[in-house]
Amino acid sequence: MKRISLASFCHARSGDKGDGSNVGLIAYTHAGYDIIQSQVTAERVKQHFHAICRGPVDRYEVPNLLALNFILHDSLGGGGSQSVKTDAQGKTHGMGILSMNVEVPDDFEGL
Amino acid sequence: MTRTIRIGNGQGFWGDSVDAPMRMVQGGPLDYLTLDYLAEVTMSIMQRQKMKSPDKGYASDFVRFIDRILPDLVKRGVKVIANAGGVNPKACQQAIVNSVRRHGISGMKIAIVHGDNIMDRLDEFRERGEHLANMDTGESLFAKPREILSANVYMPTQPMVDALATGAQIVITGRGTDPGLVLAPIMYEFGWSTPDQLALGTIAGHILECGAQSTGGNFTRWREVPDMDDLGYPIAEVSEEGRVTITKHEATGGMVTVDTVSEQLLYEMGDPKNYITPDCVADFTSIQLSPSGQDRVTVTGVKGQPHTPFLKVSISYLDGYKATGQLTISGPDAYEKAQKCADIVWRRLKRAGFTYEDTLTEYLGVGVCHEGIVPQATSAPEVVLRLAVKDHNRDAVDRFGQEIAPLVTSGPPGVTGFAGGRPKPQEIVAYWPALIRRELIESHVDVVEV
Repeated sequence: MKRISLASFCHARSGDKGDGSNVGLIAYTHAGYDIIQSQVTAERVKQHFHAICRGPVDRYEVPNLLALNFILHDSLGGGGSQSVKTDAQGKTHGMGILSMNVEVPDDFEGL
Repeated sequence: MTRTIRIGNGQGFWGDSVDAPMRMVQGGPLDYLTLDYLAEVTMSIMQRQKMKSPDKGYASDFVRFIDRILPDLVKRGVKVIANAGGVNPKACQQAIVNSVRRHGISGMKIAIVHGDNIMDRLDEFRERGEHLANMDTGESLFAKPREILSANVYMPTQPMVDALATGAQIVITGRGTDPGLVLAPIMYEFGWSTPDQLALGTIAGHILECGAQSTGGNFTRWREVPDMDDLGYPIAEVSEEGRVTITKHEATGGMVTVDTVSEQLLYEMGDPKNYITPDCVADFTSIQLSPSGQDRVTVTGVKGQPHTPFLKVSISYLDGYKATGQLTISGPDAYEKAQKCADIVWRRLKRAGFTYEDTLTEYLGVGVCHEGIVPQATSAPEVVLRLAVKDHNRDAVDRFGQEIAPLVTSGPPGVTGFAGGRPKPQEIVAYWPALIRRELIESHVDVVEV
């Protein structure tokens, strides 16, 4: 096994959703989707964004797009228009999730 | 032969590229141009404009655009559907009519859809015993006094279809759903009405609604996106029997691939199985994307359920004031000095007797956006210190704004970048999402022929 970042086999996009953000994480291959489906749990995402997300994290599977969708509740410092944070709309959270590391087999090819 | 229509989006939000809609009309074959001007915050701004001046309260960018593009619209027969009406579709329609007359064009119909603006009906709803309860907290809108700035219903798409059926070349709406701008011409042209059909049209609309975000904008592998300075905006090619292909005009930059479209599908998504609109409940887990040529992606397999008995209402209200200010701090020891600066500001305000409901201190350049995820760059050669406060006391927020500039001469050395005057208090516009029974909302279509 080896540890690699999600950035090496996934892409992502995020935006605001009420007082939280949504983070869509998309694998490039079915093998990649199997890895994120089993390892990128709501708990791991909550821990990854511990300094940003103050509420719970919901997780949805979108296997037809090889994707997971996460809702990071209370992650904007108030709703999009009320927040005074620089990233008041969670636009950068998608890039943020890609630095998470996961375990993959030595012969894993995610691209 | 199967009939196919081409629907483009030339504006993803108010403030998007002013040239994109021009190029959408002039850059290749197109039947319908859709333009999205409304964000939640836009409605409250427009309501304020209308209060000051009864002939304002709509997207004036749209009127300027139509004025520029009218000769091309006539020549090419392109129809335009825009939610540019804001809180005053009638005034927007009049401005367009004036523009059409100035151009000496005749025989053109301009329609508006209204009924979404329920600002004047809130008392009526309260008297009927409606609570307009907050979808997140359950609290009644009327539980305590609030300074409501705007109240708009996300309208079903059928009234837009009715507007097209009048023969209008330009259809102006207030608040509808963004995907509805694309769904409307599909329903009008092909009579799509089953939940699966409505869901497919809605998803086509979702892919288009944020402009260049499906054609290479904001794409993770940005280095691979050709000619990002010249991004083509998205087009949905829709055939009568139900084939939807996402593409863009030839000879434009950007790219349409399964990856760029997938990212847009995930954008602002909640529960993917239940994407609720006034027209249907779309299931995003049913979508199949497949490449079908250069810059072409086909969407199939979409399933939907019938719409719910409710419509969503977006109410905005005043919820205090905010201000933000920033300074740039150079090295050596930029981060340490920035921390000192922040400490000075908060201490001075406290000494002067001001406290705040909420304060924020950000050290831009050290690692704000991905705090806790990536190591802090504490040795950054320079740091932008960004401070903000929120409070219901406007004077306290104003006082904060006076405490930024003095740091340049009364703090650590090497502090600069104070420009643009003292930060001024800005209204905080908060949102109150609620549901209302469909039967309480009526839509109206008014058409004017020039």
